[in-house]
Amino acid sequence: MMRSISFFMMTFLLISSSVLIGCKDNTNESETPSAPAEAENNASSNKGQAFIDDDSENPNALRLAMDSEDHTTLVAAVQAAGVENALVNVGPLTVFAPTNAAFDKLPNGTVEDLLKPENKSKLAYILKNHVAPSNYPIDMLEKNIEKGRTLYMASGENVEVSKEGEDIVVGGAKIIGTVKVSNGWVHVVEDVILPKE
Amino acid sequence: MKNIFKIAVLGVLGLFIQSCGNGGSSDQKSGAITGNAAERVYVAPGEHDEYYAFLSGGYSGNLTVYGLPSGRMLKEIPVFSQFPTNGYGYSEETVPMLNTSFGFVPWGDAHHPDISQTNGELDGRWVFINENNTPRIARISLETFETEEIIEIPHSAGNHSSSFVTENTEYVVAGTRFSVPYPQRDMPIDEMKGNFKGPLTFIAVGDDGRMKIDFQLKMPGFNYDLSHPGRGDSHGWFFFTTYNTEEAHTMQEVNASQNDKDFIAAVNWKKIQEYVQNGGGEEIDAEYAHNVFDHSTQTATSTMENKVLTVDPREVEGAVFFMPTPKSPHGCDVDPSGEYIVGNGKLSTDLTIHSFSKMITAIENEDYEGDAYGIPILNFESTLAGTVKEGGLGPLHTEFDGKGNAYTTFFISSEVVKWKLGTWEVLDRQPSYYSVGHNMIPGGNSRKPFGKYMISMNKITKDRYLPTGPELEHSAQLYDISGEKMELLLDFPTHGEPHYAAGIPADKIKSKSQKIYRLDENEHEYAATSESETKMVRDGNEVHVYMTTVRSHFSPDNLEGIKVGDKVFFHVTNLEQDFDVPHGFAMIGANTSELLIMPGQTKTITWEPKKEGVWPFYCTDFCSALHQEMQGYVRVSSQNSNVPLKWTLDDEEIN
Repeated sequence: MMRSISFFMMTFLLISSSVLIGCKDNTNESETPSAPAEAENNASSNKGQAFIDDDSENPNALRLAMDSEDHTTLVAAVQAAGVENALVNVGPLTVFAPTNAAFDKLPNGTVEDLLKPENKSKLAYILKNHVAPSNYPIDMLEKNIEKGRTLYMASGENVEVSKEGEDIVVGGAKIIGTVKVSNGWVHVVEDVILPKE
Repeated sequence: MKNIFKIAVLGVLGLFIQSCGNGGSSDQKSGAITGNAAERVYVAPGEHDEYYAFLSGGYSGNLTVYGLPSGRMLKEIPVFSQFPTNGYGYSEETVPMLNTSFGFVPWGDAHHPDISQTNGELDGRWVFINENNTPRIARISLETFETEEIIEIPHSAGNHSSSFVTENTEYVVAGTRFSVPYPQRDMPIDEMKGNFKGPLTFIAVGDDGRMKIDFQLKMPGFNYDLSHPGRGDSHGWFFFTTYNTEEAHTMQEVNASQNDKDFIAAVNWKKIQEYVQNGGGEEIDAEYAHNVFDHSTQTATSTMENKVLTVDPREVEGAVFFMPTPKSPHGCDVDPSGEYIVGNGKLSTDLTIHSFSKMITAIENEDYEGDAYGIPILNFESTLAGTVKEGGLGPLHTEFDGKGNAYTTFFISSEVVKWKLGTWEVLDRQPSYYSVGHNMIPGGNSRKPFGKYMISMNKITKDRYLPTGPELEHSAQLYDISGEKMELLLDFPTHGEPHYAAGIPADKIKSKSQKIYRLDENEHEYAATSESETKMVRDGNEVHVYMTTVRSHFSPDNLEGIKVGDKVFFHVTNLEQDFDVPHGFAMIGANTSELLIMPGQTKTITWEPKKEGVWPFYCTDFCSALHQEMQGYVRVSSQNSNVPLKWTLDDEEIN
């Protein structure tokens, strides 16, 4: 039942490419202080909370996922859906993070399909179905089971939480590990929590 | 089960940030800003801003005044908190302003400013602001920019859904965020459900601004979060968001999010006003302070009131209805036409918009899906005008530009979103830095918004400014909303925590802004309107000093005959009659604050000398070239000395 999952640093290659992208826009803008009014209002250095370096002891939910080699699909999906900022907020948030293996269980081609630009809002909806704007550590989940309370997800759906033997199951997905993050909790799950809608 | 995972925090990510200059390197230019942003917010030296913005100071208890578009802070107006800068809440004249049924309360949590209206448009007479912790509403004059009146709200707790005014400032409202026993009594907390109440208080505002509680609506014990008045066709109604309709008394974090929908309460106040005028309602005991600052005596008085009129909403046919609204709605905003009522479901991705005309039809058809404590719940589908889908995550507040667009803040996804009324389509979104709470467009919740600028008031500052240790000021951002897309122009720090703001074109009030207090209208009991009137008067161990200031001396400036154990009242009148020539007064060892006295004003501070000696006082405001010479001495003798009272200027006795 117990399974250990390790988190590793992302490859240096990926980081380096981010640096390049991040700085390119910046340089362009900074050298044209008198650009005309119609200059595009694009966020580059003003990217949002997801990109602040806080020096905090705990990483936030997004950074934790980015640091995990078991969640590369999830991270790719978060980036494709453009919901990074929703995962770095003060929260509190509880994120149910499907592993790469969880995404692999979906029918062939599903993930590739969802990552297409035209399916951005559908993908965002599915991802939001994995985020509860609340503080749900394990003991709180157990309390919710006892008291018959559902979990309200950012998608707008209420998801059932139940116990199967020793395991806690959320929307059909078993929790296989838990990490406290700076803005709440990340529970690693074995399956994707598919929305009802 | 609970595996603890090894977490590798990446120094590499830190590298990425630094290399992008986000850490504050001086050559950084913000990529989100258009090239001529500086020009568009630049107000040249000596020029004035186009708008006033009044930002709530949150837990500072005060109200700050800014100019837009520059983002320059013009003033901090003390309201609910002591303010040593000018002696508010310390001076004898203003201590009564902070009196409550709980005694003197030196601090408050200021929330939502709202400017008075006539015909649904900003009229610039007063700005109201509520205090959340010890429920109160204050009225601030926009001629003197001073707090003129504070009324306490009895039987209420967490005065959050206020201080919004009706279309002609007939009423300013106060809600109850934390429902409580009504009236208060000793009872078990877990018997809350069905036994607590959430009164909504309607305070009538007179032509002179004076506030008087007209009636209190005894509503079910939900949490009443925010509110806005109807306007146009919906004038006569007031709308309040509710949450915790679960009536949870503990761990609301979880227990108040169980219901799929809470309500927007629609209150037909005109009906209740009529009912009350015809003798309806029940007068019950209450205890609340009503504090008024009188400009002629320059002194505040505090009166304790002991009755309030309470109305059971079920007794007034057709006066109160509930409109189901998803996910613990926070902001309750009404568009300029008065047709659309926006519920910002703070745990949702969507916004729910109700239609006023559909609501009226549903009421006529008795299209109910049930009732809550006897108050009809209208069918959700019947009042629904539309839904803004996938606006963002965690919507809080909406403002309007008067051109058919609405602007909503999303806390969790940290963005402001522009959408179209009627089609409900999202037109634009811009990230906010970071985690925006309220937004404000001058007049943006009235019949006539001025849709040129919007400010967002952000809860989290992080790296926006030079770091100042763990505690940071909050941050506001200015957007130009005159075009199709919102354009971020400026960041500026704000004081306390601005929960909301009210903005108005400068030309509506600036010409009325008072310059001095006229000395010939000064009716302060202890004023000395000329140096010849200055004196000392002993009454037991109390000594009243009638003192004046003028560039650059006090009169008297040598005082003798004060004894250890005396209580000395310095009543200081500023004889100046020129604009912007204040004088200050500070006394060594005074256990209060300084005084800052405007031309023509009289203010009083007390001093209880504990040691014999000769003690100096001085002017704290750099008033003139000889400011450093503006000082005096008080001789303090032993308790049983017989040194007579003596007051002189230039070694000459006065009078």
